[in-house]
Amino acid sequence: MAWDRNQMAARAAKELKDGMYVNLGIGIPTLVSNYIPEGMTVTLQSENGMLGMGPFPYEGDEDADLINAGKQTITELPHSAYFDSATSFAMIRGGKIAMAILGAMEVSETGDLANWMIPGKLVKGMGGAMDLVAGVGRVIVVMDHANKHGESKVLPECTLPLTGKGVVDLIISNLGVLEVVEGGLKIVELADGVTDAELHAATLAKIVN
Amino acid sequence: MKKIYPNAAAALDGLLSDGLLIAAGGFGLCGIPELLLSAIRDSGVKNLTFASNNAGVDDFGIGILLQTKQVKKMISSYVGENAEFMRQYLAGELEIEFNPQGTLAERMRAAGAGIPGFYTKTGVGTVIADGKEHKDFNGQTYILETGIFADVAIIKAWKADTTGNLIFRKTARNFNVPAGMCGRVCVAEVEEIVPAGSLDPDTIHLPGIYVHRLIQGQHEKRIEQRTTRKTA
Repeated sequence: MAWDRNQMAARAAKELKDGMYVNLGIGIPTLVSNYIPEGMTVTLQSENGMLGMGPFPYEGDEDADLINAGKQTITELPHSAYFDSATSFAMIRGGKIAMAILGAMEVSETGDLANWMIPGKLVKGMGGAMDLVAGVGRVIVVMDHANKHGESKVLPECTLPLTGKGVVDLIISNLGVLEVVEGGLKIVELADGVTDAELHAATLAKIVN
Repeated sequence: MKKIYPNAAAALDGLLSDGLLIAAGGFGLCGIPELLLSAIRDSGVKNLTFASNNAGVDDFGIGILLQTKQVKKMISSYVGENAEFMRQYLAGELEIEFNPQGTLAERMRAAGAGIPGFYTKTGVGTVIADGKEHKDFNGQTYILETGIFADVAIIKAWKADTTGNLIFRKTARNFNVPAGMCGRVCVAEVEEIVPAGSLDPDTIHLPGIYVHRLIQGQHEKRIEQRTTRKTA
């Protein structure tokens, strides 16, 4: 037993606080928006130039001028604001965005993040990921604990080219929640049905108490 | 001075030559200067470098200039939606300089603001920082990035007045503002040109001082990822 994609997203949503401005990455992080607690105001930033990202439009209401950073058609909300790309990354680099929730290929015990490039494979680019991890207040990674070959993605050191060095604050995986602290990673929570020993066994990075 | 031209080819007349650095607005296919890109293709100029966040798709956006092998180099943050791009890149026919998206936007904005370089935390400790000057401010390390001074900027807006004041619509503003600022000459294509005085001066997104040439035209405005929800 472990968490599925939706349970990981729901756990990540528990890190949200009322009034926060947040950037959600593509994939599981996008699902976090489904779990924003009732009565809590969280404003989602889309780095292509929008605050207050709304849900997908109803069929027939799609607008080519209104997309998110994943190039999907979206809608606006009563409190939405639009701006250009330089302004968008000014608020990211300037530390105005409280939190980014992103996917990852690898995370190290010192909070290094690799999520943009596999040497020798097709390189698509980092998009806004490097700016986000360098600029936002808190970086939360949501990912499967192991890659498709069953190897741990939580490592002493990343083997892939970095997106940022020492930037990750919290890892939420299908096996549990790990916080990056002085000297290594600290277990904050175990996923349903996962034992402490199982999480240790699945993690190559140093776990501290 | 009259800024309005009858069509994209006329607006680019005298501006194009082989080897130019062109800054282009747009994010994905949203807000791209599609008419000007077609006119650049038809002009046949080669060895172009494009500073543009993305490279379009195979048959739209900058993709149409890749098909005709008119592009030598891309300065972009993400090029994942283009198979022909990947083929040319892996075959060594096309050069790519990856820039973090915010660094790319700021390199354009900075150049347009007369700033040749700036320090940023983005990319410190990654391959992006290789060979760049590092400097500490208040105990934190930053790297030096340089402004992109483009020979020509091509952008797309929603409305213009006859003096080139521009208004964009929703998320189609994106890179069009910084790209427009960094060109020695900026050519803008818009959906509608209205008489001076009919746009509220308080709502102008890019003042006409940045815009040298202007055309009005029909835009396809293709959607890259059509996502919808069911009617409640």
